Amino acid sequence: MLHIENLRAEVDGKEILKGLSLNVPAGEVHAIMGPNGAGKSTLSYVLTGRSGYDVTGGTATLDGEDLLALDPNERAAKGVFLSFQYPLEIPGVPALTFIRTAMNAQRKARGEAEISAPAFLKLAREHAAALKIDFEMLKRALNVGFSGGEKKRMEIFQMSMLAPRFLILDETDSGLDIDALKIVSEGVNAMRSPDRGMLVITHYQRLLDYIKPDKVHVLAGGRIAATGGPDLALELEREGYDKYARAA
Amino acid sequence: MAAVKQTIEHVESLEKYQHGFSTDIAQDFAPKGLNADIVRFISAKKDEPEWMLAWRLDAFERWQAMDEPEWAKVHFPRIDYQDSYYYAAPSQKKGPASLDEVDPEILAVYEKLGIPLKEQAVLAGVEGAPRYAVDAVFDSVSVVTTFKKELAQVGVIFCSMSEAIREHPELVRNYLGSVVPVSDNYYACLNAAVFSDGSFVYVPPGVRCPMELSTYFRINAENSGQFERTLIIADKEAYVSYLEGCTAPMRDENQLHAAVVELVLMDDAEIKYSTVQNWYPGDPVTGKGGIYNFVTKRADCRGDRSKVSWTQVETGSAITWKYPSCILRGEGSVGEFYSIAITNGRQQADTGTKMIHLGANTRSRVISKGISAGKSSNTYRGLVSAHPKAKGARNFTQCDSLLIGKTCAAHTVPYIEARNGSCVFEHEATTTKLSEDQLFYAMQRGLSQEEAVQLLVNGFVKDVLQELPMEFAVEAQKLVAISLEGSVG
Repeated sequence: MLHIENLRAEVDGKEILKGLSLNVPAGEVHAIMGPNGAGKSTLSYVLTGRSGYDVTGGTATLDGEDLLALDPNERAAKGVFLSFQYPLEIPGVPALTFIRTAMNAQRKARGEAEISAPAFLKLAREHAAALKIDFEMLKRALNVGFSGGEKKRMEIFQMSMLAPRFLILDETDSGLDIDALKIVSEGVNAMRSPDRGMLVITHYQRLLDYIKPDKVHVLAGGRIAATGGPDLALELEREGYDKYARAA
Repeated sequence: MAAVKQTIEHVESLEKYQHGFSTDIAQDFAPKGLNADIVRFISAKKDEPEWMLAWRLDAFERWQAMDEPEWAKVHFPRIDYQDSYYYAAPSQKKGPASLDEVDPEILAVYEKLGIPLKEQAVLAGVEGAPRYAVDAVFDSVSVVTTFKKELAQVGVIFCSMSEAIREHPELVRNYLGSVVPVSDNYYACLNAAVFSDGSFVYVPPGVRCPMELSTYFRINAENSGQFERTLIIADKEAYVSYLEGCTAPMRDENQLHAAVVELVLMDDAEIKYSTVQNWYPGDPVTGKGGIYNFVTKRADCRGDRSKVSWTQVETGSAITWKYPSCILRGEGSVGEFYSIAITNGRQQADTGTKMIHLGANTRSRVISKGISAGKSSNTYRGLVSAHPKAKGARNFTQCDSLLIGKTCAAHTVPYIEARNGSCVFEHEATTTKLSEDQLFYAMQRGLSQEEAVQLLVNGFVKDVLQELPMEFAVEAQKLVAISLEGSVG
């Protein structure tokens, strides 16, 4: 599935990723943990092709296909989805319009037919109900005036609607109370499948109680400093990142 | 949603300025230049009565004594008024009696523009399909007006201005120049002297016009100006919705478009006037060519409780100088102005409105959305004024600017005058930059950069787009997309 080899990237001329290598096979959920400034968000932006994040070396492929050569929307059409740490407000564009436009753009890029309006609405109702999202909210401008928790839930809603092949969750737990965290986690868990990979970026172990990772990686100093099972997350929670930050 | 999709598809299939073709059609021109003889020539060409010629000559005399206004935030070389043709018309012996007599080349032009002139074709359409009557103005003259008979059955007069002068002189004499006086301003005065045609609408008391009326203006001839004059009268309790659309070929020289639109509203009357303006904007890189759009539009709410609503989508023209205004004279009358002005390339726009509250309890509302891209300049200039007698006058103004890129400019110049203590005026203004974050967010979901810009911009202008009649909202949305093509990256 996702294969990253010796990836180097800089922002404003400053090197943030310094030879990062990572493998996420299909069907697995990997957590990335690490101290502030370690390059966690940079990794998510580099994988999704945000401008200003310049790759200076290494490779990143999804099922053997070079991701780095593609535009952000082409990567999305290949099935890469990023749940943003800070979802953006889109004034004047209803959430449903936004998602349907995105869905059809992806379908078109893949040479598929557009989804019909009734089929789309049916799908939206199902997924909204699963995430306990009031359908009326989907008619409002996307994220405008939404609370932090509502925005995160909307990210997961978009994700379940678009059904991507590879999911990147960037600090999805931040700003969520415990009830919202449960709902969001259930939404994410519902997407686990043998042909789907997930990268869960988080600061705290808490989220991993709900979304159980197959592997945990520590990102420090722009590299993967350690890799382990779910226990590693518990250890980090107890002992902090000091030892890795210093080693980097 | 469908509209967005359509927008996206449409843009992909388009060239930069899709109406930039010109057509070889046998034309009659007046000699180049401007003098009293040209004014007489135009009047004679149109078989006008003596009073009309006298009116024109008076206007011409006044115009000669006037100076061009220089206060607008637009820059252009001085116009040589002697270097233009003031009358260009497709050669034809007389006005066509029916559509069959119209030069097929002209019909082809309108077909290319997607404007239905064939009533049968419109009528034969799917049930519930939009039906609207069209007055097509080609260079200086109206070539055809559709649905006249059906409109006449309910007493609505919809014809070219030339025809109105001949057939309904009492109405024309009564109202022409009564809203925009002959010497109101430099361009309006020039228009009064040389105007060639335009549309005339009269809706009798108590009549709700059964269909949308529209005029499509097309400048085709080279080196010619277009000076049309539109007069719409809504009598007591009458209602009419009217739309004008404009396009022009791509020419290297600038062409002047100086139109005058007058709206008259009696008690309880309502007029909805929408404009989708897409004149050739000039070359986006060099700024060469394009239309100078110097237009005077004004509505006079003479009657109590009358209501006028201006909606404009301004995407074309090298320079736009235009302030559709409302004189709120009748007690409790209402004026509205909804505007989307988009400038790209080297375009300059100085546009806005005037809400002049004269009567008690008059209300007005202004929603302006300016979008600047490329190296363009976009100015909103608006006046809200309350007379001492306008007790309880209310205005709400919202003025939003969106900047795309680093080399464009947006300006907001509000003028507010309250000459009594009981009026409430609100003014809100915002300026935002199309954010990279939003663009990336939309692209991460699968939209291309162009699609992302369109979606965000459509969201920005939504409040205004929804004021347009349904069938034109889609057209306007496409235009918004086309105008902003290549504005990012």
